[in-house]
Amino acid sequence: MNGIHDLGGMHGFGRVSIEEDEPVFHAEWEKIIFALGMARVGWVHNQDEWRHGIENIDPVQYLAARYYERWLISAENNLLKKGMITKEEYDARIQRFTRNPKAPLPRTHDPKRLRQLVQLIRYGSSTRREQTRETKFRVGDQVVARNMNPLGHTRLPRYVRGKHGIIAKVHGVFVLPDTNAHGKGENPEYVYNVCFDANELWGTAAEEKETVHIDLWESYLQTPYEAGRYADSQPRQDLP
Amino acid sequence: MKTAVSRTYSGNDYGTKEYDLTARVRALESILLEKKLVSSDVIEKLISSYENDIGPMLGAKVVAKAWSDPAFKKRLLENATSACRELNIGGREGDNMVALENTPTLHNVIVCTLCSCYPWAVLGLPPNWYKSPEYRSKIVIEPRKTLREDFGLNIGPEKKIKVWDSSAEIRYLVLPERPEGTEEMSEAQLASLVTRESMIGVGVVNPKKSKTKARRRK
Repeated sequence: MNGIHDLGGMHGFGRVSIEEDEPVFHAEWEKIIFALGMARVGWVHNQDEWRHGIENIDPVQYLAARYYERWLISAENNLLKKGMITKEEYDARIQRFTRNPKAPLPRTHDPKRLRQLVQLIRYGSSTRREQTRETKFRVGDQVVARNMNPLGHTRLPRYVRGKHGIIAKVHGVFVLPDTNAHGKGENPEYVYNVCFDANELWGTAAEEKETVHIDLWESYLQTPYEAGRYADSQPRQDLP
Repeated sequence: MKTAVSRTYSGNDYGTKEYDLTARVRALESILLEKKLVSSDVIEKLISSYENDIGPMLGAKVVAKAWSDPAFKKRLLENATSACRELNIGGREGDNMVALENTPTLHNVIVCTLCSCYPWAVLGLPPNWYKSPEYRSKIVIEPRKTLREDFGLNIGPEKKIKVWDSSAEIRYLVLPERPEGTEEMSEAQLASLVTRESMIGVGVVNPKKSKTKARRRK
């Protein structure tokens, strides 16, 4: 989706604010929502759906919210939408904790889940899949990022769409976020590292000697021929 | 007229009420605990892992090893995931890693313009600035200016800049240049010089000024 999350190349946000000796978490609530989000509690099925939940936050709220507040909003939205919590119970519970922030919580154990989680932290859960066919592109090939504007989740940022780049590396085959975020299957594809010259991306605003390297799925890319970008070989046409 | 923030959000108006963030999170936690969708021990383990065990000291170890051991450096640049595994480093947000070597003619810097993908397994959780709209918007279009003005880092005209936008599941780690005058140092001493910022590419390693060195050393 062409959401507010797609920030690359935007102007006007101002200076990057760096906190000296920043702690990992700034408040107790940040720790808890981080843990709830990581534990995954079943309100989303995978990382892509999780990311899409964050992208779906209202753009004004997205920018105004603190980082972990976005996790909270996304969790609330998904849990309510999927009926895993009801508005009534949530409202009542918030009021209880507003009146008494120290109200006791149950203490529970789940040794099996804990073991799974330790495994997840230590070994990850790679979305890399087996390579079962040849790559469409090779290192050094010229490619054009498609100009596509899906309403759903995608990992093709606006700032590279329609731009020419060069394949810099073949990373292997990975689950496609565009379908995986929507319960439409993994549809694994090759992911390539594509190098774009800053002049191609930013025109006269480009800095000297800069390139941007970005990882793109095969279906995000076309050959220049497929993209119809060989202008010289096309017959002249009247303006529409 | 309604102000922008009083709109009904996509299924969520909790942000518009006077509800405190702490009350919201506690409420959610207590409901999920009661419904056995999550357990206290899992919550505690997650927090302690990322507060205490997984942080930039791990990346610093990788960098120091690469500086001290040319064969390891070669393996790291060829396959960072397996090279880090040799040091028992890896896992969540680090299961497909690539190391980027800074040289006298090349400076690498990493970002995630679409969200905040970051190599947790070697650097821990990202700092707020890395996740901010400011950084995510600027670093791809004006990296030299952003590094100079916002991070106080001057990249000379002899250096090319490569910005790596982590848009897929590959996680990047910058291998900074080894500073001069550190030839006699042990791996542990070298690791103590390596800053988180230098492994993102918004800083360099300077033996004389290790003010913001990797915290939370094991």
